[in-house]
Amino acid sequence: MSIFDHKLKEIQSMIEKKEVSVPDLVDESFKRIAAVDGDVKAFITLDEENARKKAEVAQSSGKASILSGIPIGVKDNIVTKGIRTTAASQILHNFDPIYDATVVNKLREAGTITIGKLNMDEFAMGSSTENSSFQKTRNPWNLDHVPGGSSGGSAASVAAGEVPFSLGSDTGGSIRQPASFCGVVGMKPTYGRVSRFGLIAFASSLDQIGPITRNVEDNAHLLEAIVGVDPQDTTSANVPGEHFAASLTGDIKGLRIAVPKEYLGEGVTEEVKQSVLAALKVLEGLGATWEEVSLPHSKYGVATYYLLASSEASSNLARFDGIRYGYRAEGAENLIDLYKKTRAEGFGDEVKRRIMLGTFALSSGYYDAYYKKAQQVRTLIKKDFEDVLENYDVIIGPTTPTPAFKIGEIIDDPLTMYANDILTIPVNLAGVPGISVPCGFAENGLPLGLQIIGHHFDEKTVYRVAHAYEQATDFHKEKPEL
Amino acid sequence: MTRISEDQVRHVAHLARLAVTDEEVHTFTEQLDAIITFAEQLNELDTSNVLPTSHVLNMKNVLRKDESAPGLDREDVLKNAPDQQDGQIRVPSIIE
Repeated sequence: MSIFDHKLKEIQSMIEKKEVSVPDLVDESFKRIAAVDGDVKAFITLDEENARKKAEVAQSSGKASILSGIPIGVKDNIVTKGIRTTAASQILHNFDPIYDATVVNKLREAGTITIGKLNMDEFAMGSSTENSSFQKTRNPWNLDHVPGGSSGGSAASVAAGEVPFSLGSDTGGSIRQPASFCGVVGMKPTYGRVSRFGLIAFASSLDQIGPITRNVEDNAHLLEAIVGVDPQDTTSANVPGEHFAASLTGDIKGLRIAVPKEYLGEGVTEEVKQSVLAALKVLEGLGATWEEVSLPHSKYGVATYYLLASSEASSNLARFDGIRYGYRAEGAENLIDLYKKTRAEGFGDEVKRRIMLGTFALSSGYYDAYYKKAQQVRTLIKKDFEDVLENYDVIIGPTTPTPAFKIGEIIDDPLTMYANDILTIPVNLAGVPGISVPCGFAENGLPLGLQIIGHHFDEKTVYRVAHAYEQATDFHKEKPEL
Repeated sequence: MTRISEDQVRHVAHLARLAVTDEEVHTFTEQLDAIITFAEQLNELDTSNVLPTSHVLNMKNVLRKDESAPGLDREDVLKNAPDQQDGQIRVPSIIE
């Protein structure tokens, strides 16, 4: 058994009793990485020397918070001063950030120790981590399968026991889908809950940073540490921070659950449906009630998302031009040529495809038909959620329509790949919080995830339900054999 | 019917400042055509009286005091620049 199989609370009490030291924890991380990361390939960059130094300092300076001295992995689109940050792109292959993201500052204050930077789809564009320009991360439960994406390294590193928790980012499902595929807990908070300052922007109206952990309680602790309004991010919301972990009472008597019929419909495999229905039984047993509802516009989510996210990306990624940082192409004749060559050589295929789609959707003559139309449909999707949540506490369904697919299986078929996010995308479009918790295993042994969606800024209830379910089941205790 | 032509793809690539090969133009034309065709399912919906979403929260006019604050250090900023000279970032000639 690994020390990381314990909850944070237990690890802290072991540190207090001197059964384990902070340097031991960091050592455990690097030992595990040395043993399994050759197979899993979750990390792009390790910061071993600094991490070990910080562990010594932390050990002697004592406890600052429940997170003190705990090793953490950070998705490689979150900037870390002094640790190379690439967004898994060749255009940033040598980028050395000169400041820390707000979440990284907050974690430093809380006392965590950054072990390294985690693999992802390039600029977070993808659902399998196969679009990384560095390496393909593999699912710890079955190395022939993808870990999901785009936060594939974040989910796989936690599932593989390399770190007890990690940070990911979620634009259309990029925390929840890999958490589901890897059998761990992944939370996408309400839009605006966590500062995006220092998150390399993909689609600014949808992106949100969130925690990936082995259990719900630790997830709540980690989110508590990173929330809050930030003058550096004007979209961060000025709402009071909350004690999410304190809300885990295990009591969900009288909870009203909505189950959208679209989330158990076409394209969702039978075993996924059955796992969700079984989970609803467990929740009923705990005193909750559920009813079938409709989110009638959810089938338009994928199309809406790809137009909006790609449009925003085409604008956000304009900054990568080979001038101020990152890769610069050789032999350009003039400035325009330099931009074009740098971007052609620096970006991968999926990133180029989305920049092209977004540029098209925003171009003169097409803006109204595509971009504006998608923003209008976004309003309808958001209203679906508002209407349902008027009468219910949470919405529950699967996180993904299928368990993890094989590496290489759908990488050449963008539309099939995009359809993977059909159940997670509407949540980002509406800006509400959503979590994925383990809810069983497919016949082939791969994990399945239950998605719990709440009201804006009501992460508390989402966590309470997720925790009550987790306490009543044993799925989160299973670990992959590596 | 194709939604997008190879000439349009070349135009969009220029707007996006992406150099593309003939082969890429061909592939992008096919793929973008498929994605745009897929996206046109949104036309099934009547949105004539629907306001576009500008922000998912009821948040507007986020203001701060107009106060000066130190910016980034020049040396730090130049650290990542691929080409530089005399404390400035160097680029190919802009004026022919």
